[in-house]
Amino acid sequence: MGLFENHLLSVILFTPLAGAILLLLVPRAWDDAHRILGNVFGVLGFVVSLPLLARFHAGVAGYQFKESAEWIPSIGARYTLGIDGISFLLVLLTTLLGMISILSSWSAIQSRKKEYYILFLLLQTGMLGVFMALDFFLFYVFWEVMLVPMYFLIGVWGSERRLYAAIKFFLYTLAGSVLMLLAILAVYFNAAKAGAPYTFDVPTLLAAVQQFPDSLKVWLFWGFFFAFAIKVPMFPFHTWLPDAHTEAPTAGSVILAGVLLKMGTYGFIRFSLPLLPADPALRARIIHIVIVLSLVGIIYGALVCMMQKDMKRLIAYSSVSHLGFCTLGIFALTPHALSGSVLQQINHGISTGALFLIVGVLYERRHTRLISEFGGLSTPMPNFAAVYLIITLSSLGMPLLNGFIGEFTILRGAFEVNKAWAAWGALGVILGAAYLLWLFQRVMFGPVTKPENEKLPDLNWREYATLLPLVALAFWIGIYPKPFFRYLEKPVQEIVERVNPGYYKAEPAKLPAAAAETQPAATAPASGAAPEAQPIGTAR
Amino acid sequence: MQSALTQFSFNRQDFNLILPQLELTLFGLGILLIDFFVEARVKYLNAVLAVMGTLFSGYTLWMLRAHLQIQAEVDPQRPDLLGFHDTLLVDSFFLYFAAIFLAATALVVLLSVRYLEIEDEHHGEYYALILFACVGMMFMASGIDLVVLFLGLETMALSFYALTGFLRRDKRSNEAALKYVLLGAFSSGILAYGFSLLYGMSGSTNIGQIGQMLGRRAMISQMGGLTDWFTIVAFVTVAAGLFFKIAAVPFHQWAPDVYEGAPTPVTAYVSVASKTASFALLLRLFIAVFGATHHSWMYIVAGVAVASLTWGNFAAITQTNVKRLLAYSSIAHVGFILLGLVGGNNTGFQGIAYYLFVYVFMTIGAFAVVIVLRRKGLIGDELEDLNGLYQRSPAAALLLLIFMLSLAGIPPTAGFMGKYYILQSLIETHHPVLAVLAALYIVPALYYYFRIVVHAWMKQPGDAPLPEISAAQTVALTVTVFVSLAAGVYPEPFAQLARYAFAIGR
Repeated sequence: MGLFENHLLSVILFTPLAGAILLLLVPRAWDDAHRILGNVFGVLGFVVSLPLLARFHAGVAGYQFKESAEWIPSIGARYTLGIDGISFLLVLLTTLLGMISILSSWSAIQSRKKEYYILFLLLQTGMLGVFMALDFFLFYVFWEVMLVPMYFLIGVWGSERRLYAAIKFFLYTLAGSVLMLLAILAVYFNAAKAGAPYTFDVPTLLAAVQQFPDSLKVWLFWGFFFAFAIKVPMFPFHTWLPDAHTEAPTAGSVILAGVLLKMGTYGFIRFSLPLLPADPALRARIIHIVIVLSLVGIIYGALVCMMQKDMKRLIAYSSVSHLGFCTLGIFALTPHALSGSVLQQINHGISTGALFLIVGVLYERRHTRLISEFGGLSTPMPNFAAVYLIITLSSLGMPLLNGFIGEFTILRGAFEVNKAWAAWGALGVILGAAYLLWLFQRVMFGPVTKPENEKLPDLNWREYATLLPLVALAFWIGIYPKPFFRYLEKPVQEIVERVNPGYYKAEPAKLPAAAAETQPAATAPASGAAPEAQPIGTAR
Repeated sequence: MQSALTQFSFNRQDFNLILPQLELTLFGLGILLIDFFVEARVKYLNAVLAVMGTLFSGYTLWMLRAHLQIQAEVDPQRPDLLGFHDTLLVDSFFLYFAAIFLAATALVVLLSVRYLEIEDEHHGEYYALILFACVGMMFMASGIDLVVLFLGLETMALSFYALTGFLRRDKRSNEAALKYVLLGAFSSGILAYGFSLLYGMSGSTNIGQIGQMLGRRAMISQMGGLTDWFTIVAFVTVAAGLFFKIAAVPFHQWAPDVYEGAPTPVTAYVSVASKTASFALLLRLFIAVFGATHHSWMYIVAGVAVASLTWGNFAAITQTNVKRLLAYSSIAHVGFILLGLVGGNNTGFQGIAYYLFVYVFMTIGAFAVVIVLRRKGLIGDELEDLNGLYQRSPAAALLLLIFMLSLAGIPPTAGFMGKYYILQSLIETHHPVLAVLAALYIVPALYYYFRIVVHAWMKQPGDAPLPEISAAQTVALTVTVFVSLAAGVYPEPFAQLARYAFAIGR
C-alpha cells in the first residue's frame, strides 16, 4: 500500500498504458474481449484517480504527490510528476471523460476494435502525462506522444474526410510544438548560463526565468505561444479544429474538446504567464494582442456557428468561442478571471463533451449529422430531449448550471481590468445562447419532418450512463462550485503573485478576494432568483 | 639501406590495431573460397560466415577498447593508440564508428539472405563485397593520413559500385550502378585534388600536421587582413568531394536513382553505412584539418545543410516509390546532421554521433519492412504495395509505424533524441534562425513519412500476398526496433556512448 501511496500519480498515469499493453496481448479473434477490457481499464483509470480526492490538500500551496526519479542524467531530464489545484482538476476531468468516452464507443466502433481501445488508452496516458509532468522534457514527450493515437483515432475511425482532418491536426499541432521545443531548450540553456545546474525541472526553470532580460522573455513567450495557441485553438490558428472535431469518431471528439484543448490553456497558465516581460508597456502590448485574439475568437466562433449545417461542426466552432473565454480569463491576470478560466475549462469539458455525445447518439441512429435531417425529435425521444436541453443550457451559461459560474467569474475578472473586454465577452455569451438554442429548436421542436425520425428509440442505459454523470456535474458546479474554487485558490494566488506582483499590494482589500470568491457560489442556491447580483455583492 | 628498412617495417603492435579489419578481410576471402563448394540450396552458409566475421571483428574491437583503457591510465594525455608510422589511430572515435559499421553490416547481411534467394542471385561475392566495404569504412574512421583515408574511401566505394549493380538482369540496377560509378569517380577525383592541395601546402599527408599548418596560415592571414584563397579552394574541393559521398545538396543527384535501382539491402547499406563512414571521415578532416577555421567555413556548411533540408524534404513529399522517398528523406537527414557541425560544440558532436547511430538502426528497419514485402514478381517498393499492410501483417505495420515516427523525430523514439541534441547545440551556439528552420522542417518530414503510414494502415489491401518474415529478418527487425525505441525511451546509455565517441567529459 505504501508503494501505491507514494506513487499515486504514476499509478494513475500508467494504468491506461498497462491496459493498452494487456490488450496488445489479447488475440484479435476474441472479438468482445477488447471492448470489455477497454472499458474495464477505462473505469479502472477513473477509480485509481479517486484517492486523489481524499488526499489532495486544497489549502496547501505548491505541488503535491511529487515523485521524482533519474531519467537522463547527462542532460538533467528527470521523471518528475506532481500536481497543484489546477492540474488536479484537469487530471480528474481527463480520467472521467476518458471513462465516459470509452463507454460511449461500445456500439459506435465496429471495426478494428483491438487497435481502437489500445490507442484510446495510450491517448489517456499521454494526456495525463501532460498535466502531471513537472519536467519540461517529460512534458514535451507526453505532449507529442498523444498526437499519434489521436491521429489514428481520427484517421481510421473518422468519417469521410478523415485522412485530411487527421494529418491536418497532426501537422498543425506539430508545427506549434517544435517551436515550443526550441523555446524549452532556450529556457534550459539560458537558465544554466545564469548559474543554475542543467535541469529541466519546471519549478526551477520558471523561477530562473524571472531573471531573464525582457528581450529574451518576449521571444520565449512567442515560442510557447504558438504551441498553445494552436492547441487551444485561438483565432486565427483554429482551422484544424472544425475538421478534426467533425471527422473524429464521437469519443474522439469528446476527448478532443474535453481534454486536448485544455492542454493549450494549461500551458498558457503554467508556462506562458511566467514568461510575460516585466516591462509594463511591453507586457500590456502582448496582453492586448492575446486578448484581442481571444475576443475575436469568441465573436467569430459564435457567428460561424450560426451558419453551420452540420451539428458537429457547429459544436466544434462553439469550442473556439468558449475557449476564447478561457484565454480571456487567463490573460486578464486577475485572480477571479484566472480561477474562472480554469473552472470554465472544466465546464467546457463537461458541456461540450456531453454535446458531442448527444450528436453521437443521433449519429448512431440516423448516420447523419445534418441539422436539416432532424426536427421534432422531442416527440419520439422525450428523455433525450430533457438531457439535451439541460446540456444546452449549461453550455450557454444559464444560471444554476456550470457554464454560468465560469463565464460570469471570467467576465467579472476581466471587468476589473478593462470594461470593454467584458462587454465584448458578454456579447459572446448572448450569441452563444442564440446559436445553441436555435440548434436545439431546429433539431428537437416542431413537427417531425422526416418519416425516419418518427420511430427513433430513446436513450438506452449505456447512453444514460455516459450522459447522466455529466449532467450531475453540471448541476453540482452550477449550484455549489465552492469546492472547485477551493482547489484553485492557492495556485491561482501563487501565479498572480508571481506574474503580477503589484496586484495584491496595490489593492490589499483584494487579497481575501480569492477566498471570498467562493462565497457567492455558496449562497447561490439559497437565492437563485437573482443569481447575477450575487458574486459582485459578496466580494467586498 | 639498413635505416630505410627499419623505417618501413611494422611491428606486431601495428597489426593488432587493424585486427578487426584483418579479420573481416579474411572472412571475406574465406567466403569467396567456400562459395565454390557450397551447393545452391545452402548458399545461406555464406551469410552465416559473414555474420560470424562481424561478430569476431566486434569482439576484437571490444578487446581494443580494453587496450585503450589501459593506455588512458598509462598516459591520460594521449589515451589512444598510434600505428603504422602515425598513419593510423585507434581511439574512442574509431571504436564508436567501427561498432556502428559492424552492426549495420551484420543487419544488412541478415536482411539479404531471403532477398537474394528471391532474386536468384545468391552468390558468395555479394557477402564478400559487403565485408570489404566494411573494411574500407573502418579505415576511413581510423586513418589520420590522407592516403589511408583515401584508400579506405575507395575500398568502400568500389565495393558499393559492384553491389549496386548486383542484380545483373535488372535494368534499373545496372543503370544505378553506372550512375554511381561515374559520379562516384568524379567526386573521388575532386576529393583527391583537394587532398593534393593540402599536401602541396603543408608537405605532409598527416592530417594533424596539415591542421597545424593551416592554423598558422589562418593566423597569418588574419593578422595581415588577407583572404587565404589557397585554403578556401582546398576546403571547397575536399568538402565537395565529401558532400558527394554523404549526398548533400547540391551533390545529391545520384542518391535517388542509386537507392531505387540497387538491391534493397544494398540500398539500406549505402544509405546508412556509407553515409556514416563518410561522416566519420568528414568529421576527422573538418575537426583536425579545418578546425582552426571553423568560423569561416561554418556558413558554407550551414548553407549546404539548409539546402539539403529544403530540397530533401520537399522532393520527398511527391515521391511514389518508398525507396526514392527514403532517399530524399535521407538527404534531409544529412542536412540535419550537418547542422550539428555548424554548431560545432560538444553538444553538437555528441548530437552527430547520436543521430548517426540511431539513423543506422531506424533506416535499416524501414528498409527491412520494404524487403520483407518483396515477392517473386512483385517489386514491393511502391507506396501502393504497402496498401493494407496492416491487414496483411499487423506486426510489420506496427514496426513500420515505429520506424517512421523515429525517422520523423517524434518522441519517445530514438530519432527525436538525435534531433534534440542538434537543436540544443544550435541554441547553445546562438543560431536561433537555423534552429527554427530545422525544427519546422520536421513538419513536412512527418507529412511524407505518414504518407507511408497511411498506405500501410488506412488503405484497403489489394490482392497482395501475406508477407512472410524469415528468421534472419526477424532478428534484424527486432534489433532495429529495439534500438529505435530504447534510444528514445531511455537514452542515457546511448548518450554516454555518443559522448565516449568524442571523448567528451573525460
